Amino acid sequence: MTETQIDSPIKVGLFVTCLADLMRPQVAFAAVALLERAGCRVRVPRAQSCCGQPALNSGDRASTMNIAKGVIRAFSNDDYVVVPSGSCADTLINKYPDLFRHDVKWAGRAQDLADKTFELTTFLVERLGVELEQVSYPGVCAYHDSCSGLRELAIHQQPRALLQQVQGLSLREVDDGSACCGFGGLFSVKYPDLSGRIVGDKCAQIAQTEADTVLGGDLGCLLNIAGRLRREGSDLKVFHVAEVLAGMTDGPAIGEAESEDKA
Amino acid sequence: MSVSTTSHRVEFQDRAKKALQDASLQRALAKARGGFVDHRQDAIDALPEFDAIRDAARDIKNHVLANLDGYLELYEQQVIENGGQVHWARDAEEACQIIAGICKDAEAKTVTKGKSMVSEEMHLNPVLEEAGITVVETDLGEYIVQLAGETPSHIIAPAVHKTREQITDLFHEHHSPLGYTDRVTQREALVNEARSVLRERFVSADVGITGANFLVAETGANVIVTNEGNGDLTSCLPRVHIVTAGIEKIVPSLDDLSVLLRVLARSATGQEFSAYTSLYSGPRRPGDMEGPEAYHVVLLDNGRSRLLGGQYQPMLRCIRCGACLNHCPVYGSIGGHAYGWVYSGPMGSVLTPLLNGFDQSLDLPNACTLNGRCKEVCPVRIPLSDLLLKHRVEQHERRLSPGFGRFLLGAWAWLACRPRLYQGVMALPLRVMHMLGRRRGSLTWLPGASGWTGSRDFPAPARRSFMRQWRSRKVRS
Repeated sequence: MTETQIDSPIKVGLFVTCLADLMRPQVAFAAVALLERAGCRVRVPRAQSCCGQPALNSGDRASTMNIAKGVIRAFSNDDYVVVPSGSCADTLINKYPDLFRHDVKWAGRAQDLADKTFELTTFLVERLGVELEQVSYPGVCAYHDSCSGLRELAIHQQPRALLQQVQGLSLREVDDGSACCGFGGLFSVKYPDLSGRIVGDKCAQIAQTEADTVLGGDLGCLLNIAGRLRREGSDLKVFHVAEVLAGMTDGPAIGEAESEDKA
Repeated sequence: MSVSTTSHRVEFQDRAKKALQDASLQRALAKARGGFVDHRQDAIDALPEFDAIRDAARDIKNHVLANLDGYLELYEQQVIENGGQVHWARDAEEACQIIAGICKDAEAKTVTKGKSMVSEEMHLNPVLEEAGITVVETDLGEYIVQLAGETPSHIIAPAVHKTREQITDLFHEHHSPLGYTDRVTQREALVNEARSVLRERFVSADVGITGANFLVAETGANVIVTNEGNGDLTSCLPRVHIVTAGIEKIVPSLDDLSVLLRVLARSATGQEFSAYTSLYSGPRRPGDMEGPEAYHVVLLDNGRSRLLGGQYQPMLRCIRCGACLNHCPVYGSIGGHAYGWVYSGPMGSVLTPLLNGFDQSLDLPNACTLNGRCKEVCPVRIPLSDLLLKHRVEQHERRLSPGFGRFLLGAWAWLACRPRLYQGVMALPLRVMHMLGRRRGSLTWLPGASGWTGSRDFPAPARRSFMRQWRSRKVRS
């Protein structure tokens, strides 16, 4: 693996994640922009859909392994794999090697993928030591730490370090910030009353910060939080951290109407 | 099978829904939640070596579980040497019969109880009451729960679901006939009134039944940790003392005990140590000032030995501190009763299916966001959320999970393995959802996910997926 060298750019494969792909493509475009500005050559393999978490968390190991094999194959030629989500990155980094632990053929390949996979903000800070180009976001932001990223990959300082470089942006910490937002993937659909209650608590704590924007690194949580804020009639904006870091905040925030309606 | 599993599922969902709508319960839970979390954090911040002690605590419990037979025999020898008796109970029913038999032999009319979750697990109180014995719970929370005709909703704070107003009403109703006719409402006055009522009971009890936080193999001592001293009065004053404990409660030595005590109170209440930590080793010896005439230990298996050597063995490390409950967003939303059995929160969701049968509690391992905070705070490092996921795997492999859900998941997974087809198939629903949600920016109703949209909007998706946009961008460039 090559470290940063001017004449041979780092080859990064982007694992888009199914939620960014379908719900918020701008997150993936922001990730591409950030990586390219940092000198990486970004490839987006077409043979990707989802990391398999819905199956994994439903106890369906066989289906997850089938999906995982596709992901492992799709990224086998990249130097690095970057994921704009802590929870999907955790799946590639920690869950795939565990799934293939006893599989002679795939264990090594799963570990290879795990070793070169990074969550986006971690990659930018710890691998590339990125200094952001001129970017600004005039707002008071509350950062929501997503559970898998926080607990399994120790993602906490990385996004904050990057956000500190954004002009005009100030950060607020949410009380009991390491508490879950109640998303939990299929949990939010299977147990909607519980999920709705938990995200209600989270939004109340976010509101206490008096921030005008909620940021986070995982679209699952952000869709959940944004959906709840919309229902409550709150005008808090919700963005993925990558969108702010890439300066892509001119359009509607997550769950917000397009600007023609606002005007 | 499918009928019973379906009804159980409905039962949990119903209980959860009721709990969410119970205003008193919600007030009580909201009041309790922050306190436990903050106090634990303060206690841990004050002890930099906490993580190292947790590792040591985990290792001690692992060592015990790997050598459980030997330590149990050593413990039994020590108890006998101290003049006590050990009784082995395969299941709850056997344990109840043993205890009822001891009470009968002692001609007991009144039994006092220190807090014992194992006795709740075996449903002891109804058995004793059926035998004509008056049973008095002496832990304040357990006492409140007993007056209310309920069961504990938290393993260390049994009445955490009760508001002070409810306790005032209960005391007024039950204590008035005893002469306490004033309606007391303040915390201290309530505690004093309970203390005064219970004092009589302590003195008049024939048998005292306590649980055990730990059993020390090298000395034969049982260890109880309380903040009220009720365990001591229950252990010392009656003629007969019965200790009930699960077989996993063993620690090898007093040194090991001190390691576990250092993590227990900090994890439970944020105290460095509980107010009372007491070791009892047997009946009164000649020359002793106090103590029971007879000392019995009833060791309960009730499915625990089945877990040894298997993938759920780490659950037997549990020291019942309650930290996982206190940090669980689901427990914090619905309290303990909704879980349907004596153990609740993450530890209950792991343990209940193992001890009561998988098909009796299908919902519990699934009613969890897998946020991992339980695993993070566990003082003996039980990977609780990982064990919940193992349950899900087992449910899936034994085809216990609902058939329609399995079908949908299977269809989705099949598609997800074929990315090109997946991208094509997803295009249409994406476009429809985008159209429906464009004006508001989000959808207020979504077919198939009406649960989600019951309590929040569903943000509108993009018109075209990233993969499609990326491809056209590449083609253009």
